[in-house]
Amino acid sequence: MKYGTEIVFSAILTLIALLGAAFAVDDAFRYHMLIAVVLLGGFTIALMRKEDFVPAGPVDDTRYMDGPIRYGVIATVFWGVVGFLAGVLVAAQLAFPDLNLEPWLNFGRLRPLHTSGVVFAFGGNILIASSFYVVQRTCRTRLFGGNLAWFVFWGYQLFIVMAATGYLLGITQSREYAEPEWYVDLWLTIVWVVYLFIFMGTVLRRKEPHIYVANWFYMSFIITIAMLHVLNNLAVPVSFVGSKSYSAFSGVQDAVTQWWYGHNAVAFFLTIPFLAMMYYFVPKQVNRPIYSYRLSIVHFWSIIFLYIWAGPHHLHYTAVPDWAQTLGMVFSIMLWMPSWGGMINGLMTLSGRWDLIRTDPIVRLMVAAIAFYGMATFEGPMLSIKSVNALSHYTDWTIAHVHAGALGWNGMITFAAVYFLTPKLWGRERLYSVRMVNWHFWLATLGIVLYASSMWVSGIMQGLMWREYDSQGFLVYSFVETVAAMHPYYVMRVTGGLFYLTGGFLMAWNVYQTIRGRVRDETPMGAPAPAAGAAVQPAE
Amino acid sequence: MSEKQIDEISGVSTTGHEWDGIKELDNPMPRWWLIVYYATVVWAAAYVIAYPAWPLISKATTGLLGYSSRGEIRQELDAAKAAKAGYIAEINAKTVEQILADEKLRTFAAAAGAAAFKVNCVQCHGSGAQGSPGYPNLNDDEWLWGGKPEDIRKTIAHGVRFAEDKDTRMSEMPAFGGMLEPKQITQVASYVVSLSGKAGDATAADLSAGKEIFAQNCAACHGADGKGNREMGAPNLTDAIWFYGSTPEAIAAQIRAPKHGVMPAWSARLGDVTVKELAVYVHSLGGGE
Ligand code: HEM
Ligand code: HEM
Repeated sequence: MKYGTEIVFSAILTLIALLGAAFAVDDAFRYHMLIAVVLLGGFTIALMRKEDFVPAGPVDDTRYMDGPIRYGVIATVFWGVVGFLAGVLVAAQLAFPDLNLEPWLNFGRLRPLHTSGVVFAFGGNILIASSFYVVQRTCRTRLFGGNLAWFVFWGYQLFIVMAATGYLLGITQSREYAEPEWYVDLWLTIVWVVYLFIFMGTVLRRKEPHIYVANWFYMSFIITIAMLHVLNNLAVPVSFVGSKSYSAFSGVQDAVTQWWYGHNAVAFFLTIPFLAMMYYFVPKQVNRPIYSYRLSIVHFWSIIFLYIWAGPHHLHYTAVPDWAQTLGMVFSIMLWMPSWGGMINGLMTLSGRWDLIRTDPIVRLMVAAIAFYGMATFEGPMLSIKSVNALSHYTDWTIAHVHAGALGWNGMITFAAVYFLTPKLWGRERLYSVRMVNWHFWLATLGIVLYASSMWVSGIMQGLMWREYDSQGFLVYSFVETVAAMHPYYVMRVTGGLFYLTGGFLMAWNVYQTIRGRVRDETPMGAPAPAAGAAVQPAE
Repeated sequence: MSEKQIDEISGVSTTGHEWDGIKELDNPMPRWWLIVYYATVVWAAAYVIAYPAWPLISKATTGLLGYSSRGEIRQELDAAKAAKAGYIAEINAKTVEQILADEKLRTFAAAAGAAAFKVNCVQCHGSGAQGSPGYPNLNDDEWLWGGKPEDIRKTIAHGVRFAEDKDTRMSEMPAFGGMLEPKQITQVASYVVSLSGKAGDATAADLSAGKEIFAQNCAACHGADGKGNREMGAPNLTDAIWFYGSTPEAIAAQIRAPKHGVMPAWSARLGDVTVKELAVYVHSLGGGE
């Protein structure tokens, strides 16, 4: 048998899950373990039959280990579409509450499915895949640890599916972005430590004298996420065969730990490793040197040092002591320029090749992503100012901020990376269709504009209505009146989400066709439209 | 692995490193960037001196400005309280009727009542006080327990069928399911439907039987003419306003096994002043007597 060790390992896991189901003390845990049995059992069988799900192209895999990266790109596209769909669903539920389908598909269970789906499944997969791709190329060495990379890929997918099915079953720790319960957390810890091991091992055996800046960003991401994940999830399970656990923290310590985690999940998941992607894919795509080495060092260390302290800005005007709120705020303000350092280095790398924006939709995606990054990291420090936060907190303004960053920055740079990687990984000369990338760009942009502008208006309106006093000094609106006023904006958001989702489907199709080796017959971007009678350019 | 070179497009030297074809230019950090960065650091230093910031052993530094968020909210609340103190004292001293007679005081109390209503009452009575099945509309002139200022105040203060308040409005329509035959219930329900002028498909014989049953069992509370009795909170049955539905079936169900809605007593929770303000507000909605 080719995968002897792997088969034994995954069979043992299947058995553990089966025992968990057999001795479960609550029903949710039993169903959850049965799901795990099916997944792991299916995986074991698939391994025994050595099926290959993804056709490899005419590529040479002896130099670099690209198999798990291919799977990672496909998983990114798949989870992206799933996560956007969940987003559109929760958006529709807020606009039309009748769409809450009890109990499995109500808002409370679908919302974490959306957030984990887009952040950890869509974002996480491209981060793992791109980090494996970049670290091998920029260290000129094969991934360290052999088949462990496969373990990271499949182990991470198991984490995603267990997290997602857990939410639908109602299993949650109620910690935002850290909802999965103790046993899923433990599993992720194992996977993550192996990931760290592979990445560090690869960097250590590099054949380049220096470590490329993208790898600094990836390393700080992997190390810090491990630390955040372990500390925030410290908990005591009620039973080792039950789904419930109690956090090691309580009261205000609990809140501070959670938002130290929550904020740094944004920082070290949605910002720093995505900057790593920017630092590799932008110079590769435009074929220009990085603008400033010094800037990259200074802004890297500034970001790393400052971000960690900014968490309390999520807890302004709460029971968290004033001194902690002050620190959260001043560290956020100081973060502004270090964050913009990344934007400057990204945009200025294009200097000399700005013309590419006209002809290359992948560059367009990158530039838009960096612009949204700049916007979100200006808005963030502004929101952390206490008097601004007094208006914005608990309102849709936060949601607008999140999605300007998430759809604009994380989404667009990920799309660019997927379009960059797919032809290379499958040995295709080019994408199936570059024009479709352009369509995707416009659909995504329109979606973001609709989403963000409607939520800005709705959020600021909501905040102002909450604090509206009449001339006698009494509050003017009841809560439900503010909810009613937000309805039209919620409908607009659904529309924006649908545009974004459509773009996702277009990407899935384009990637699928590229993998199959198809090439769409189309006029190249930027070339003058063929005049009547002129020969249509043949596809490359 | 590569040498420093001059980049042709920008004329700037590279750092001499190269990874997978990516080089780095040796550009300085943009000046404006550095200046703004330093400025935020200086601002932060000033801010942490002015405001509470540094955790020490037993407590944190308080900052030169002496700011605290608790202090800030206390100040704002005190100011708001002081601004209203005059009106509140007057409301406290006067009856609802007297408040209604005083133009300025009434305006203030109605605004205060509206605000309290939005927080405490809309859940049942609706944001426009329009009511919903089982919860009365407060805009019309149909009152179960009276629409005079003092009546309204009493209902709000003590609630309806609210066991914890001994002065609560109390009345319970008996369940006639055990006392009347099913047929009789249908008949009296048809009769009740006819009171509000609706023709139903009941026969004349049924109606007169229903009338008879009504006189014997219901008139004691709802009055011989069915116009209700506010002393007992017995609703008027001759108008088009129905609490639990207007169909013969809904009315029959209410006769067989009546629902008894409960409204909490608010004086213990909100205080007498707010209850008076609420009474002024509800009275001014249009149906006050
Ligand atoms: C089709 C696109 C999307 C739609 C329609 C959508 C919609 C939504 C909705 C309706 C919520 C709940 C807001 C609330 O509770 O008021 C939400 C929350 C959230 N979404 Fe999305 N979303 C989309 C894409 C994304 C993407 C791509 C990401 C990240 C990469 C993302 C990250 C988040 C996060 C982090 C939250 C939680 C925000 C918070 O708690 O403050 N979303 N989204
Ligand atoms: C310098 C950079 C940034 C700072 C200082 C910052 C600051 C803030 C602040 C003050 C809030 C609102 C907290 C509240 O009132 O509840 C917030 C929320 C959020 N921000 Fe940022 N932000 C920054 C960049 C970003 C970026 C690039 C993203 C990427 C997508 C992002 C994602 C989020 C998310 C997901 C939330 C919602 C957290 C939640 O309540 O669930 N932020 N941020």
